[in-house]
Amino acid sequence: MSRLGKITRRTLLVGAVAVAGGAAFGVYQIRRPVENPLRPEEGVTLNPYVIIDQSGISIIAPRAEMGQGVHTTLAALVAEELDADWEAVRVLHGPPAAAYFNGALAHGALPVADYAMRDWQRRVTDGLGAASKLLGLQVTGGSTSTVDAFERMRLAGAGAREALKAVAAERLGVAVAELRTEKGHVIAPDGSEIDYRDLAEEAATRDVPRVDLRPQSEWKLLGRSLPRSDMQAKVSGAAQFSTDIVLPGMKCATVRICPYLGGGMERFDPAPALEVPGVEHVLDLGNGVAVVARNTWAAMQGAEAVEIDWTQSPLPTSTEAMFEQIAEAFDERHNSRMRNDGRPDDQEAQLEVEYRVPFLAHSTMEPMGATAWLQDGHLTLWVGNQAPREHLKVAAEAAGLSEEDVTLHTVFLGGGFGRRVETDVTRQAAMIAAMLPGIPIRLTWSREEDMRHDFYRPAAIARIRGAVAEGRATLFDAKIAAPSVTRQAIGRLAGREMGGPDKGHVEGAFDQPYAIPHYRVAGHLADLDVPVGFWRAVGNSFNGFFHESFIDELAHAAGRDPLHFRLDHVAPESAVAAGVLDAVRDLSDWDSPLPEGRARGVAMTWSFGTPTAVVLELDKTDGPIRITRAFMACDPGLVLDPAIVRAQMESGLIYGLSAALLGEITFTEGRADQGNFPDYDGLRIFNSPRIDVTILQENPHMGGVGEPGTPPAMPALANALYALTGQRARSLPLIHQADFLI
Amino acid sequence: MAISITVNGTQYETDAPSETPLLWVLRDELGLTGTKFGCGIAACGACTVHLDGQAVRSCQVPLSDVDGDVTTIEGLAETRYRALQDAWARNQVAQCGFCQSGQIMQAADLLAEIPEPSDADIDAAMGGNLCRCGTYTGIRAAIHDAARALNGGGAG
Repeated sequence: MSRLGKITRRTLLVGAVAVAGGAAFGVYQIRRPVENPLRPEEGVTLNPYVIIDQSGISIIAPRAEMGQGVHTTLAALVAEELDADWEAVRVLHGPPAAAYFNGALAHGALPVADYAMRDWQRRVTDGLGAASKLLGLQVTGGSTSTVDAFERMRLAGAGAREALKAVAAERLGVAVAELRTEKGHVIAPDGSEIDYRDLAEEAATRDVPRVDLRPQSEWKLLGRSLPRSDMQAKVSGAAQFSTDIVLPGMKCATVRICPYLGGGMERFDPAPALEVPGVEHVLDLGNGVAVVARNTWAAMQGAEAVEIDWTQSPLPTSTEAMFEQIAEAFDERHNSRMRNDGRPDDQEAQLEVEYRVPFLAHSTMEPMGATAWLQDGHLTLWVGNQAPREHLKVAAEAAGLSEEDVTLHTVFLGGGFGRRVETDVTRQAAMIAAMLPGIPIRLTWSREEDMRHDFYRPAAIARIRGAVAEGRATLFDAKIAAPSVTRQAIGRLAGREMGGPDKGHVEGAFDQPYAIPHYRVAGHLADLDVPVGFWRAVGNSFNGFFHESFIDELAHAAGRDPLHFRLDHVAPESAVAAGVLDAVRDLSDWDSPLPEGRARGVAMTWSFGTPTAVVLELDKTDGPIRITRAFMACDPGLVLDPAIVRAQMESGLIYGLSAALLGEITFTEGRADQGNFPDYDGLRIFNSPRIDVTILQENPHMGGVGEPGTPPAMPALANALYALTGQRARSLPLIHQADFLI
Repeated sequence: MAISITVNGTQYETDAPSETPLLWVLRDELGLTGTKFGCGIAACGACTVHLDGQAVRSCQVPLSDVDGDVTTIEGLAETRYRALQDAWARNQVAQCGFCQSGQIMQAADLLAEIPEPSDADIDAAMGGNLCRCGTYTGIRAAIHDAARALNGGGAG
């Protein structure tokens, strides 16, 4: 079925360890001992996925729940094989541990388009996955969580089930084969039931039987839309995010860091802040200050009141100058040329155009925050994050402690979108807690601090030449210039320079399933030190716009319908991708013309293993342009929870449309001009479209769902605008170019 | 000087400065963290609570102006608008969940004003509540669902 079936089964071994009143079941990793993440069973090399003790069944989901529903799907993997009672299962964030590596991240590492990957190439990337284990990257990102967990978490559930049955068989004096399991109980031939809780402690003392996984035809939970494990907490107000932890004697803090990015603090005067009622401390963080007070509001008032002389930013002084610097990368030799078909240099271009997209902020609903408490030499942190091991390491450094003296709890993320891989707020919280030992610190950034200290989606420029003949594209020759997210963000994460061709920089452009005879994509890395980072869909977020806008231009140049033009070029390369175009054509009733004043646009991007097509419908018959309908078709292969896939598609679309319509970060003297939602807004309920989604399962390989909805949303909007007005948008956001309802 | 306020039926005394916004009194002084901070300028709706049954942005209401009973998301389940929380769960609305307390409190205000809101009514009432996860499809469905349940039409 999936590539995971072949590769990992032989390397995964299920085991159990005793915990108070029960057992923890998990999977031993490749033949290399890894640190056991659950205290106090030190020295045991098991990473647990399920704990059964007297309180019931807890499933450990070692990925961050940031809204994408991953806790639900990961827990269902265990529960499916374990025959747990879904309503009674608790789901916990896993602690930081090398054992919880993300093996699937490496699947994106080879310079090959996903749709064209051969089996041997998948095996090679599985080898790279083993290498990422050694790096210990426990990262939630790249739409990889479910793919990574698919085998191991089911194995953990199956092993636990069989171990519990073995204990029950012995106790009852019957053969294991005579026993069944259901809703957290072993059921004897006479119908009597034994609760798993009464078997777990004994099960921990013996070897876990080797078992085969159930075939898909027997699944009861997987493949169905389950009630999300986090839903009740999120509608009752009980869900705890980074700043919702209540601790005795807690103080509230905020920071004010040099807004001129790359600049610092020359001097500061805390006196005016200390006059603000409730303010207790003003602390020097080097490039800014932290203010600690009885509540967050007093801290924020205090932070505003501190008199600070900042030093200048080394960045270019205007956004225009930054774009000039990005454009200079075109004069340098390309960093990559991962698509290079035919002889593009020998072709005459009919179209030569330039596209530009701006810097973007993540703008999660929850501003950055963390809670930290240094007690008797041990630092405890609560922080919603996408890379717990890295956060723990940074916290230890900042507090001057060894990693053994730090405990990090991952709590719910109020939106992630890539932002919470970064460790900046955790570093600050650890520093503040270390300066005020014994006092729990709740650190909350202001929205302005959050927007002005992001790791932005980079601005990017594409220069593309193209030609058509007889209704077909003959030339697609693109050069893409931007600062490199891979170099900056992986460099920060792994602590070393990433060299070589940068696939992330050109993903969404070089790897698209189009048959074009002269087809080239070159990546040029710009030398510009604006902090950039992973932003939902990463390189696909700009390359999807470049590629699919230009395909649209070629279609119109050829006098063709843009959807049928795409199908003609895609079908020979990928039946799976052609499938999503077909599906979105049917769903949107594409072939029926719309009345005057309404129009449709289409785009398709294959990203994170999942081809996704979007059709948008615009309407200008009643005042400003409204995005009235959105139609999406995706093919992530095997679907484990259709409602979560649908929700992620809708979410990715709204995130992409928000950026395409409204999103833009500009800089003056190295400081972001936008500080709060009025300057950098997202779509609201009144200007969001009604969304229909078709989910196909023809893709033989499992793909991600958290990100693939974002890239095609942006070009679909620009292409629909062209269809409506004849105006070709070669830059974003569109709000500067057309009168949309906002 | 201590100020007394009633939140979810419980009376609290606080000696926080009287200009402190209600949001921070709830979160930091009283430990009621279900109400969220998103922007501080009434631009996102995450901090929405009820003051005498009316939706307000608690980041803009100083403690000295709290002259009525406050209801937060933690107290909503004790009112008839628990129907909204149930509808939110039935429709699996929340993703990251951070904005949802404010969304639900705003929706309760809408249903108090308009028991059977149209899509246009929902657009008008909910436009101030931002959701970066883009859960608007679910929010709209859940409001209609809750309205049906409250008007005796049954859930779903």
